[in-house]
Amino acid sequence: MDVNSLAPLLVAVPLASAAVLLLLGRRSDRWGHWLGLLASTAAFVVGALLLVELLGRPADDRSIRVHLFDWISAGRFDLSAGLLVDPLSLTFVLLVTFVGSLIHLYSVAYMAHDAARRRFFAYLNLFIAAMLILVLADSYLLLFVGWEGVGLASYLLIGFWNHHTPYAVAAKKAFVANRVGDIGLLVALMLMFATFGSVDFASVSAGIDGGLASTATLTATGLMLLLAACGKSAQFPLQSWLGDAMAGPTPVSALIHAATMVTAGVYLIVRSAPVFEGAPTAQLVVTVVGAITLVFGAVVGCAKDDIKKALAASTMSQIGYMVLAAGLGPVGYAFAIFHLVTHGFFKAGMFLGAGSVMHGMDDQTDMRRFGALRKYMVITWVTFGLGWLAILGVPPFSGFWSKDKIIESAFVVPEGAGEWRAWLFGAVALIGAGITAFYMSRLFFMTFHGSKRWTKDADGHEPHPHESPALMTIPMIVLAIGSVGLGFVLQLGGGFTTWLEPVTGHVEHHEPVLPVLVIQVVTLLAVAIGLVLAWRQYASLPVPETAPEGSALTRAARVDLYQDAVNDAVLVEPGRHLTRSLVYGDRTAVDGTFTGLGRLTVGIGELVRRLQTGYARQYAATMLLGLVVLAVVVLAPRI
Amino acid sequence: MTLTNYLVLSGILFSIGAATVLLRRNAIIVFMGVELMLNATNLALVTFSRLHGDLTGQVMAFFVMVVAAAEVVVGLAIIVSIFRTRKSASVDDINLLKS
Repeated sequence: MDVNSLAPLLVAVPLASAAVLLLLGRRSDRWGHWLGLLASTAAFVVGALLLVELLGRPADDRSIRVHLFDWISAGRFDLSAGLLVDPLSLTFVLLVTFVGSLIHLYSVAYMAHDAARRRFFAYLNLFIAAMLILVLADSYLLLFVGWEGVGLASYLLIGFWNHHTPYAVAAKKAFVANRVGDIGLLVALMLMFATFGSVDFASVSAGIDGGLASTATLTATGLMLLLAACGKSAQFPLQSWLGDAMAGPTPVSALIHAATMVTAGVYLIVRSAPVFEGAPTAQLVVTVVGAITLVFGAVVGCAKDDIKKALAASTMSQIGYMVLAAGLGPVGYAFAIFHLVTHGFFKAGMFLGAGSVMHGMDDQTDMRRFGALRKYMVITWVTFGLGWLAILGVPPFSGFWSKDKIIESAFVVPEGAGEWRAWLFGAVALIGAGITAFYMSRLFFMTFHGSKRWTKDADGHEPHPHESPALMTIPMIVLAIGSVGLGFVLQLGGGFTTWLEPVTGHVEHHEPVLPVLVIQVVTLLAVAIGLVLAWRQYASLPVPETAPEGSALTRAARVDLYQDAVNDAVLVEPGRHLTRSLVYGDRTAVDGTFTGLGRLTVGIGELVRRLQTGYARQYAATMLLGLVVLAVVVLAPRI
Repeated sequence: MTLTNYLVLSGILFSIGAATVLLRRNAIIVFMGVELMLNATNLALVTFSRLHGDLTGQVMAFFVMVVAAAEVVVGLAIIVSIFRTRKSASVDDINLLKS
């Protein structure tokens, strides 16, 4: 089997499975989930075969374009739909299909009691197919198709329990926020088409090398691409939807809103490297957005009591790291993707752990109502704990290898830029690591340690937490193994960075402004401080069952640092007022003019009608009078 | 005796006819007013014929008589028909078209 016949299968298999499940409807209820799992696993197998194929080739021959069909042919514009198999896209393919398959497996048990499980699997497969189109596309336009596809799947899955109104609203919110980002991608597409006359990656890259675009155009394109990335990856200022997106079933949060879809923005930025290379301003903005989101998410994460929302805030913050790294240029691309992969493992693992906890605790999500669960759910505790150590960046767990590299890269002075940048972004990344340690430890200790704070149900029974079935624990164990060893394995001999080099380019080693060892020690110190603080407050001291009022910062962080309020005040309310005034204007001015015209005609008719009295003699008198007037008019000049 | 007197008489007759048409309610009387107006016109035509010394006016007077005769036939028939259905010959009662 060669690449040309294998690559289309990646997309076709999950798509076909989704179509079968949706078209057959209830008839496939009994076996639908197994078909979904099979499709996803098959896609992973195909991805693995492609990996073997690519590894067998020399490094500079690892980028293969697979022509699918001629898509749009209109005059000067000629676009074919094709797939691009290269180390970057294949990394995503493997991450999406591997984590995706594990989460399919988990969902078989997690959704077992849901009547619509088959539909759930159809949507999951749809998501996998769309995500694979997104990462495999060889042009921005096909990427946009996948981009919208994952947005749709995300919307369908967040609102999976849409009979519950807040969940349906959350789905809508995610969709609308994503739409704002999509406008950015569309404008970027138009700019590229206007400048290069083509929208496929190769032509755009060649066009930039050929000097077809001015720096201003590239900056505009880069900023628009960043807007798109912000929408999809929940980066500041479009991040408000991610917290609410936790309304979806937990496997969805794990797959879409932690491991894969939300990282599409990072993929877009790395894939658009040529654009950003030519636009240093846009690149700086990317870094700034990443840095803001990194701190923003971390601060919000410290105050959330809902276990899924705290994890969502952490996702936001971790993607902030990736975006920051992607904004650093070639020096950071590989590490952004590296962190993306390791994060995909440990964050998905922790989300599945959270799902397992909720499974055992009657769908409770308030961490203040957990506590002491480590005795009851040993596997969940251990797997979650390994993910926790990984996200903290404790060596030798996965997160250490990727996050530490990002912090080191942040401390490197970019070419032609002031030294302040290295200090600023380095410091932000370092402080972020400390806050991450604090809020993740808080989450871990509140859930698994301390004393029982469980809610009793109406009859006064406590929940009976129990370990989840094997179908749920196996994916957690596999992901936990990844959280432990993946980072170490991938960084052996710079393996992962070398693998990505054909896409991200070879980078000479740059010395950070501080010695690497110092950075590592200080980072670990920050992590240790965060961990100890969290231990003191949430493990050794009793945790109050209702949230204390807290400081002004805590209160602000609980409501996402007033992001929703700001959006409401700046966008929603003015929009509502605009609509209202437009409706008022329409009713009064536009409708008024036309109903007024109608009334005027009717009124004139009413007046004229009075003349028609029905008295023949009156008509005769009128005629006579008219004749006399006519006679006078005709004759008067002659006299 | 000048021809002017004929024209004055014709004007007086026409005015009486017009006043009859406008003021009386009985359809038969209104009809008589119309006849009076037509014949006043005939008188004026004949007078002008004499004044100009040719026959055009007299010929016109004959035409008017013929038309008047036809008009009387049709008009009386309508009046009779209306009287039969509405038991009235008042022109003010004929207002069915007014909604």
